[in-house]
Amino acid sequence: MEAVLEKPVSIPGFTRPLKSHEMVLNMGPQHPSTHGVLRLELIVDGEIVIDVIPHIGYLHRCFEKHAEHMTNYQQVIPYCDRMDYIASMNNDLGYAVACEKLLGIKVPERVEYIRVIMAELQRIASHLLAIGTYGLDIGAFTPFLYCFRDRERILDIFEHTCGARLLYNYIWIGGLSHDIPTGFEGKVRDFCKVFRPNIKELNDLLTYNKIFVERTANVGVLPADVAINYGASGPVLRGSGVKWDLRKNDPYSIYDRFEFEVPTGTGEMGTVGDCWDRYIVRVREMEQSLSIIGQAVEKIPTGDVQSAIPKRIRPDSSEVYVRTESPKGELGFYIIADGTTSPYRVKVRPPTFVNLSILPAMSRGAMIADVIAILGSIDIVLGEVDR
Amino acid sequence: MKELLIGLLQDEVLVYVLMALVPLLWILPFALFAVWWERKVAAHMQDRLGPMRTGGWHGWAQTIADILKLIQKEDIVPSAADSRLFTLAPFVVFIGTYAAYAALPFSAAYVGTEINIGLFYVIAVSSLVVIGLLMAGWASNNKWSLFGAMRSAAQVVSYEIPIALTLLAVVMVVGSFDLQEINRAQSGSILNWFIFQKFPFLFAAAIVYFVASLAEVNRTPFDIPEAESELVAGYHTEYAGMKFALFFLAEYANMFAVSMIAATMFLGGWNSPFGDFLAGPLWGAFWIILKGLLFVFVQMWLRWTLPRLRVDQLMYVGWKVLIPFSFAILFGVGIWVMVGS
Repeated sequence: MEAVLEKPVSIPGFTRPLKSHEMVLNMGPQHPSTHGVLRLELIVDGEIVIDVIPHIGYLHRCFEKHAEHMTNYQQVIPYCDRMDYIASMNNDLGYAVACEKLLGIKVPERVEYIRVIMAELQRIASHLLAIGTYGLDIGAFTPFLYCFRDRERILDIFEHTCGARLLYNYIWIGGLSHDIPTGFEGKVRDFCKVFRPNIKELNDLLTYNKIFVERTANVGVLPADVAINYGASGPVLRGSGVKWDLRKNDPYSIYDRFEFEVPTGTGEMGTVGDCWDRYIVRVREMEQSLSIIGQAVEKIPTGDVQSAIPKRIRPDSSEVYVRTESPKGELGFYIIADGTTSPYRVKVRPPTFVNLSILPAMSRGAMIADVIAILGSIDIVLGEVDR
Repeated sequence: MKELLIGLLQDEVLVYVLMALVPLLWILPFALFAVWWERKVAAHMQDRLGPMRTGGWHGWAQTIADILKLIQKEDIVPSAADSRLFTLAPFVVFIGTYAAYAALPFSAAYVGTEINIGLFYVIAVSSLVVIGLLMAGWASNNKWSLFGAMRSAAQVVSYEIPIALTLLAVVMVVGSFDLQEINRAQSGSILNWFIFQKFPFLFAAAIVYFVASLAEVNRTPFDIPEAESELVAGYHTEYAGMKFALFFLAEYANMFAVSMIAATMFLGGWNSPFGDFLAGPLWGAFWIILKGLLFVFVQMWLRWTLPRLRVDQLMYVGWKVLIPFSFAILFGVGIWVMVGS
């Protein structure tokens, strides 16, 4: 069994030649559970996974190069939309906050409040998608559609506000593309009222389902020190029990005005940092986002959302790094300005790209079905991983 | 029925051929209906409507349209596949399922072949399915298919043991392998159905049988061989067109076959739940089909509710939970029958 093949087969990225009982299994880029065009090379011994070699880049769209070649800073925003395309608002917010810091603009209060509501609604939408597809990965079809039903309500609110359902181009540097329409607050309040019981329904159906717990607890355990060493962030880091949320630890926009908890993994069903912990952190974050939305929607001040938008954006030669908490983790924008109307360099620190790098470490020794469970619990978006 | 036809047609061979085709009269419409039904059940559980347009009323013609589409598809055999095994596999799978119908009693008056080891035959012949699945997985020359086939073989072989043991418990009570005999033993009143007999042993047996039969027909939570999110489609990944349709047909036929065995063994088979009221050969067919459909519905219900187990957990449930349980049931029923007689 342990014999080395006569003609050694070496796999780039794998440390030793293959043994005779090992097999290379190619998963993706066309596979139902790789969440897009991720390709994984699995080295397997039967059902046991010995190593995972991720291959990325199938969705590379030269975001950073594009950003340098726009005629002005505003034009980068539609490209930001397309990075993490299921959390576009948060990407726009990150870029806008970075540019505002570069220019030294203070945006009106009304804009800040609307931005927070949008970002938190988007966080719920993104987590709903993560949870729904995670159920799908584990084999539960129905929660997926329940999640999509609720996500649909959020998309309707966005459509009502800015006309787009996925790629909004809504948060602009210094302001917003549109003011919120009449009836917006009512819609948001209705959503909060409807959505709260639905979280309980989701918990009954999926979260505490015995089979679901069996499949996710004690699977893909990520200890806190490993998570920190890899630079993980977002629910992946918090699932390992580290209380780190940029909205609390390094507040941007007006997040310091709201009261909310930072949920962390506690090993409730198994070990701290297992797939179930990462999953439950997302569920609990949705509840916290609801609470933030509830607080913000009551206090939206009046004002003009476009009054602070600069006529011409031409920052002095300087550089800035701004990090925001996107639904997937720390989304950082490093922008270098050279005194012209377009950025000299825009470097993105994408949370899912960094989180994905932990996949091989978590998957070694697991089973093939576990790799799917672990990958789903990281919640990657290839649009952002590849940019 | 056979004698009647021989008298009518005066040709024994022709009658045998005709008799062999009778189950098809049920399987084909059932499969067409069940696929549509499953889509409707799934849709309504998921807060949507499912097929609504084809044919008018609630998309009733959707599966017919699907079959017409599948017939027109190119019959693809991958160039790297073992073409002979690849072509043969769906037929072997279907034959295994179809052959089981030969001994399933649809009513007091109709059973394809009334043999005194009917149950034994059904269990034996439905094991043939796994050979077809292995052939399909191996011949596809695709690693995912191979995984599906291997999982399937391990699963079906493991879960046949609790199935056989729980059915044996019923056989001990009746003292016969003859499915018609088992049906007759439950006649009279609803309380004579074996699910209510020798309480709680046969009730537990019914549950163990049902759970194991889910694994036997690869339904959630044991749909590991074709786990969509892991293995793409398992052993039938490379199949298209009518060959794929044949796998599908076999799957639905198999679903109904295990449901019918469950109905026969535990829910009184073709006996009416109201004693002699609404009983008779035709009503018998109605009742057993209704009971079978009930189990099929529960299978669908579970599929759209539960997540999927992992392959090692599946083996755990099979060998460490269901098999000890079914041995305990067998032991309990055995003692009861011995003391009782």
